[in-house]
Amino acid sequence: MSRDLAAERARARRRAAWKRRGLVLGFMSPWLAGFTVFFGYPLLATAYYSFTHYDLLSSPRWVGLANYEYLFETDGRIWPSVANTLWLIAVAVPLNVLFAFGIALMLSRARRGVGFFRTVFYLPALVPPVAATLGFVYLLNPATGPVNIVLRALGLPDPLWFDSPTWSKPSLVLLGIWGVGNMMIIFLAAIVDVPRQLYESASLDGAGPLRRLRYVTLPSISPVILFAVVIGVIEGLQYFTQAYVASTIAGGSAAAATEGANSLGYPGDSTLFYPILLYQQGFRYFNMGYASAMAMLLLVVSFVVTALIVRNSRRWVHYQGAPAR
Amino acid sequence: MRRAMAISIAVLATLALGACGGGDDSSKDTANQGSPSSGGGEPVDLTFWTGFTQRELKVIKKVVGEFESAHPNIHVKVVGGIDDDKIIASIRGGNAPDVAHSFTSDNTGAFCPSGAWIDLAPYMQRDGISDDIFPEAPRNYTQFEGKRCALPMLADVYGLYYNQAMFDKAGLSGPPKTMSELMEYAKKLTVRNSDGSLKVVGIDPMDGFYENAAAHWGPSWGADWIDESGKSSFASDPGWAEMLQWQKELIDFYGHEDLVRWQAAAGDEFSPSNAFEREKAAMNLDGEWRVAFINDETPDLEYGTAPMPVDDDQPDLYGSGYTTGNIVGIPKTSEDQDEAWELLKYLTTDDHALAALANGILNVPTTKTSLESDELDLDPKFRVFLDIFAHPETRTTPITVAGSANQEIFDAFVTKYQSGKVDDLQGGLAEADEQVDAQLANAGGGDVP
Repeated sequence: MSRDLAAERARARRRAAWKRRGLVLGFMSPWLAGFTVFFGYPLLATAYYSFTHYDLLSSPRWVGLANYEYLFETDGRIWPSVANTLWLIAVAVPLNVLFAFGIALMLSRARRGVGFFRTVFYLPALVPPVAATLGFVYLLNPATGPVNIVLRALGLPDPLWFDSPTWSKPSLVLLGIWGVGNMMIIFLAAIVDVPRQLYESASLDGAGPLRRLRYVTLPSISPVILFAVVIGVIEGLQYFTQAYVASTIAGGSAAAATEGANSLGYPGDSTLFYPILLYQQGFRYFNMGYASAMAMLLLVVSFVVTALIVRNSRRWVHYQGAPAR
Repeated sequence: MRRAMAISIAVLATLALGACGGGDDSSKDTANQGSPSSGGGEPVDLTFWTGFTQRELKVIKKVVGEFESAHPNIHVKVVGGIDDDKIIASIRGGNAPDVAHSFTSDNTGAFCPSGAWIDLAPYMQRDGISDDIFPEAPRNYTQFEGKRCALPMLADVYGLYYNQAMFDKAGLSGPPKTMSELMEYAKKLTVRNSDGSLKVVGIDPMDGFYENAAAHWGPSWGADWIDESGKSSFASDPGWAEMLQWQKELIDFYGHEDLVRWQAAAGDEFSPSNAFEREKAAMNLDGEWRVAFINDETPDLEYGTAPMPVDDDQPDLYGSGYTTGNIVGIPKTSEDQDEAWELLKYLTTDDHALAALANGILNVPTTKTSLESDELDLDPKFRVFLDIFAHPETRTTPITVAGSANQEIFDAFVTKYQSGKVDDLQGGLAEADEQVDAQLANAGGGDVP
């Protein structure tokens, strides 16, 4: 009897559990459907295309590992594009984090006009990337741009910016720093959130402003720094729009009459980032199979790099309320 | 794990772009392909997509209107402002027009072998039309590996524009005919400001500036893109190295950085601030369309047109140049291919239609007989380009399976060389050859098990 009852209860529990799961699935279904249609299917399709020769117009034809062999062994343009992308990540991510943090720190100390300055520093983040890039190409025009006019008036060197293989990537970094508003807001929120009493106790222990920054502020906001670094690296791996627009506009219109975007990578492949090459292969060279192989590699690299950062972060990221390690 | 998921989503967002659309496009096999029947009298609605816009679109519509008058059963809807991305997407989606016009002959290598545009040979055979009616260059850029899926409709031809007033002032009588003359003239016509910066440039050969590209300069040295075995020939054809050395010598005369600065201030190519129109450049390599722009924007400019000067050792090349042009084809999804062919045939082989289009749009008409047509009402400065087009040595770029990949890879190398970043020219050319050959093999799906 009691055994029956227990079995009955277990069944009821299972039924309730299924019902709960059904409910959860029901609520999740919009996301699930979207995920399957817009992410799951494209991912599987990309994985499949990466093993095919696919020119967009005829049916894909299975070629085994040929695309991957070409990617790793033959394509002479892969490594320059990888080097450009790594350069961008190595330089732009630390600078963006530093500037976002620095501006947030200053704003958190401002006594007057906080609202005004927050708005001023945040505004660039609202400008669409294409418009912002067009603006920068104009501002940094080597001959007629206001920046070089000022530099020349001050007797300073006036670089060729987007027209020089040496300066084209730094110009893009400048553009990135100008638009750190989103990250700055997140940093600001984190800094304001640091408990006052930590600063007070640190002061009582004799810590000056620098030591308070080093031992109170930085550890307290370390999860946000981690977030900023991870997002920055992923954005760096996918860097496309700004480089596309800048190279096309600054590169002039050699073949604009027949076809735009012939100057991708201008000048001299210095802005040929990995996603630009991927786009060029897939949509301009009718080589979608190979572009898919490049996309798969990008996916794997993104995973590995992020996993490494997150793993390494255990040493320097502190979560409030988490047990000390 | 959640973070990993978030990251994968971010990555996927970029991939989604690449994968949308699906791959099965064996959707609708064309019923009539290969066995054209003669056009019936049933009313038919055709759609014609063209890249032309505004004023030029009106010219197209007028000519299509004449076609409709002659074929009362066919009604044509003309849609302007179309580019190749739209054409490709529409063929993939099964809603392509009946006749499509593309500015990009480089993409013939995508439209022909894939069957995206139907083979026109059966129709041409039926109607007794030989492709000999076109000069060699347009004949070549409208077919791929023997498959003719397009016909040319108007071409662009490149030549030399020179400022007559500046020539007179410098005591130069006529346009330069050899590359050593061009070098001499260019140096003579160059004017610097008091601070040493460039005010007037003789001629700017830097790759990427306005119409400057290896494809457009190469014919002056008779340089070919592929050798007899079909391999890329930048290293083996001496013309390319000679072209690059000539260009580098002139760029070094100006100073690479000075020239970049001059270019940055030169104004938009397709605007009234064009450097040649504003007399900031004494000479310029440009297409035939510039005549119309100058007549419209700076009618008082004293200038002349001529073929590009050629290599001193190959005087026979003088009079030739580079050409490329518009291509027109019938997407395989068209349901009225017979009528579509009638329209295509009219636009590409009818001398009256070509003359009307050439007069209105100011591009070069594309059949041999239309070049001689009495109906052509053209500026003598424009006629120079008709002669260049008809010249037997006039070249175009080879059609490949990978669009303009060969040109883009080479132009990137040319830019590097011109900026002084290549020490070993011959080695660099060989490397560019390897890259192009590998790219074409991969894009063609060749060398696979």
